[in-house]
Amino acid sequence: MSTAAAEDRIEPGTELLKVSGLTVGFPAGAGLLLAADRIDFEVGAGRTVGLVGESGCGKSVTLRSLLGLVPYPGEVLAGQIRWRGEELLGASKRRLAALRGTEISMVFQDPTSCLNPVFSVGDQMTETLRKRAGLGKGEARSRAIELLNRVGVPSPERRLASYPHELSGGMRQRVMIAIAISTRPKLLLADEPTTALDVTTQEQILALLKDFQEENGMAIVLVSHDLGVISETCDEVVVMYAGRMLEAGLDRAVMRHPRHPYTQGLIEAMPSLEVSDEEPPVPIPGQPPNLADLPPGCPFAPRCAHRRDACAEIPVTLDASLLEHGSACPFVEAAA
Amino acid sequence: MSAHASSEAVAAKLSGPLGSGVAARLQRRAASERRWATVTLWIGIGIVATIVFVSLAAPLLGFSEPNKQHLTEALQAPSMQHPFGTDTLGRDILTRVIYGGRIDLTFAFVTTLVPFVLGALLGAVAGYRGGWVDTTVNRLVDIVVAFPFIVLILAIVTIVGPGLTGAYIGVFAVGWALYARLTRGEMLVERQREYIFAAKTLGYSTPRIVFRHALPNVIRAAIVFSMADIVLNILLLSSLSYLGLGAVPPSPEWGALVAEGQQVLLTSWWVATLPGLVIVLVGVGFSLIGDGIADRFGRDFSLTGGG
Amino acid sequence: MTAEPLLSVTGLTKRFADKHSLADRLRRREPAVLTALDGVDISVAPGETLGVVGESGSGKSTLARCIVRLHEPDAGSVIFDGKDMLAANGAELRALCRDLQMVYQDPYSSLNPRLRIGAAVAEPARVHGLIDKGEEEEYAAELLERVGIGREGLRRFPHEFSGGQRQRIAIARSLSVKPKLLIADEAVSALDVSIQAQLLALLEEIRRDLGLTMIFIAHQLAVISRLADRVAIMYLGRVVETGATADVFANPRHPYTKALLEAHPEIDGSRVRKPAVRSDTPTAFSISSGCRFHTRCPLAEEICSRVDPPEVEVASSRGGHRSACHVMTRTAATQPAGFTDEPS
Repeated sequence: MSTAAAEDRIEPGTELLKVSGLTVGFPAGAGLLLAADRIDFEVGAGRTVGLVGESGCGKSVTLRSLLGLVPYPGEVLAGQIRWRGEELLGASKRRLAALRGTEISMVFQDPTSCLNPVFSVGDQMTETLRKRAGLGKGEARSRAIELLNRVGVPSPERRLASYPHELSGGMRQRVMIAIAISTRPKLLLADEPTTALDVTTQEQILALLKDFQEENGMAIVLVSHDLGVISETCDEVVVMYAGRMLEAGLDRAVMRHPRHPYTQGLIEAMPSLEVSDEEPPVPIPGQPPNLADLPPGCPFAPRCAHRRDACAEIPVTLDASLLEHGSACPFVEAAA
Repeated sequence: MSAHASSEAVAAKLSGPLGSGVAARLQRRAASERRWATVTLWIGIGIVATIVFVSLAAPLLGFSEPNKQHLTEALQAPSMQHPFGTDTLGRDILTRVIYGGRIDLTFAFVTTLVPFVLGALLGAVAGYRGGWVDTTVNRLVDIVVAFPFIVLILAIVTIVGPGLTGAYIGVFAVGWALYARLTRGEMLVERQREYIFAAKTLGYSTPRIVFRHALPNVIRAAIVFSMADIVLNILLLSSLSYLGLGAVPPSPEWGALVAEGQQVLLTSWWVATLPGLVIVLVGVGFSLIGDGIADRFGRDFSLTGGG
Repeated sequence: MTAEPLLSVTGLTKRFADKHSLADRLRRREPAVLTALDGVDISVAPGETLGVVGESGSGKSTLARCIVRLHEPDAGSVIFDGKDMLAANGAELRALCRDLQMVYQDPYSSLNPRLRIGAAVAEPARVHGLIDKGEEEEYAAELLERVGIGREGLRRFPHEFSGGQRQRIAIARSLSVKPKLLIADEAVSALDVSIQAQLLALLEEIRRDLGLTMIFIAHQLAVISRLADRVAIMYLGRVVETGATADVFANPRHPYTKALLEAHPEIDGSRVRKPAVRSDTPTAFSISSGCRFHTRCPLAEEICSRVDPPEVEVASSRGGHRSACHVMTRTAATQPAGFTDEPS
């Protein structure tokens, strides 16, 4: 039972998490589908890495596998997950349980299903504080009030007695974040934390996360399908499709000069506030791929305007690391 | 030709301590789970179908006169001539069990089907309409469920006299309530689903919405429960007959058979035990069917690995 | 030049009562009442697309549901195609539904999971007597082709399709009765961006080809920017600004509209991040006096906490631009400092 383990400040940028070759499989019919296929990325202290892609791309599965939370019947088939030098894959359940909620916390998309409806907000917050941080009852209560204040929940003393269903979506998400950061984790895994929220609330929640990050040198891995959110909050970005990494690099580089046709397509398909008829959003034709039946080579080829025969033979790996700007497509140049 | 990820292909690509072994194991596990679920379902169907068939086709199979006494052949152990042995009056137990099957199975089916239909309809309508209809049905269900069943049966049998009629009436009066409750609960959830709203905005009439659209989707829980209910009803009849409240001698109803064998249990175990085992077997058969159905329905939702 | 509106909603009000617990009753406390809609006025001209934008608690979905009578409004009127929607009942209402259709948000629950999609798409036309039994298959096939599903899908079940495809099927189903007005209640909100773009393009195409009138409900302004001719911004049960889309986007005259426009994240980091509003949207249980937005508004003045701002017409190129704000409907000369307009 470690108390506030992050009092020792880590040098910003120090590599905290290194994921290599992460592969997660699910049984599908007679065969196997790979929800995540050889995923590599690193996360440094105080940095935010974004996993972006549409539904079915494997970003959520990747995130969950970091804490050993792959849903049944999936399993991690290969790869390494090094947390501060320690290998997490194959670690004992006790070790993972000890890490979760203390050094590594997670925030989910749907606070409704993550907050227990039969316990009050106060109970759920103080439970974490007492079990994980070893605080006494009174201490835990005041710290909970402090946290609720910090995340912007009005009248925190009264809120402690509320039940999750009595709060709005934005409030619940704030409570979940409060619980997640209550132990001052070094890494926060956020799975679409603002997808269910209003745009104005989303803005505030993201600002909140950024503040915590600056205060505590916390690293964040943010999963989202919203390119705008990723772009504004992340330092590094990984673009995923059909379980593969198609492009990765610094946020500025990837968003402004996307190299992979899929990234380019995503950016072009985004609705903007432009009312005029020039440059309307261009949809990406076709359907999201069936993971159990992927074509050989590049999984995006069937929908790609630049496809050619050679696409079936290329290895789907990035030509550069996360800290540079890698793309899995050797044929297309960066957009200007 | 698509590079469908067979375990060999995956193994070739993977490296590291976890690897091809895990992949293959995963596939085997999933496949065997599916197989096992199907196998148990078919075992259950097999058991029930066999017993039903044999009961119905008894005369054709050479079994007749279950009540014919052969006092000289009393209490014979199981043998080639009498596979289940004979009872105190020399009657062939196997024949009695088979004919008893007709009674028990008919009772089970009827006392399950009728309350199922009535209860499900009532529950569906109550759940959908809400308001006073719902309140009335709820109160009725509460009363029925709270009432001690044995007292009711005793009262009915006292009025109607011994025999199966009393049991039928008793179960009809009470059996529908659980189905109504189940279906109502499912309907409360289902009526908030968007396809029901869509049906309303599409201008469908309420009966069409309730019966054609909502009902097929809410009936699943009731169907699964009905399998358990069949078993319970068989046990109910057997217990009532055992207590002397159900089937009248010399009726070969299974519970009655068990009761008849009670006195000679220590010397001639087969008289009570074998009919009892048949009851168990039938119960297991229906339960397996119930599980199999629940499994099948559960697999309607596809299993992708999530975003 | 004002044509008779196809749909005209005036003063629509809808309240939901919270549960009345025993504890409340003993303390003689009235149950909390959630005012989802508080006197909403909108109108849609034939052939026009109206975008209704609002965040959670704005009442936009309640508005849609009151229009189609899934909820019964407490006050106000809904006149559709010259007929009073609120007075119709039973068979009359069902007949009116033919002309007024809705596409829902959740593609995973808006189709009956047990019904093959061919049957689901043809059923409305059958029920309303538009086609005979023998014509069902062909009719459904044509509809499915029009929405890009294709006739191979006729005998398949909803779970065999992706979210985007299911929405197409839902659209096909609502087109089955040849409606005059189509309400899309957050119809693309649950979809991925690339699929969203496909669906929006499809709706655009259908609108053109069939001359449909549409109400498009969304929680993001960007989604309706091209599709909607006019837009109505809703906040806590009231329409706070309405006008031609181009006018409202270029020249927003309500602080909430401005906040929405500014909260839209941009890819290239071009947005200057300044929190436009404070705190979260309060729930519509206890709306404070005065302007419902004043507790979060950066421009709030004294009058804003006392007097509910009336809807006022403001200058615009296309006309019909109205806003309910004390401060921003004054002339440009009196704009407060520190709240610079976006370059248009």
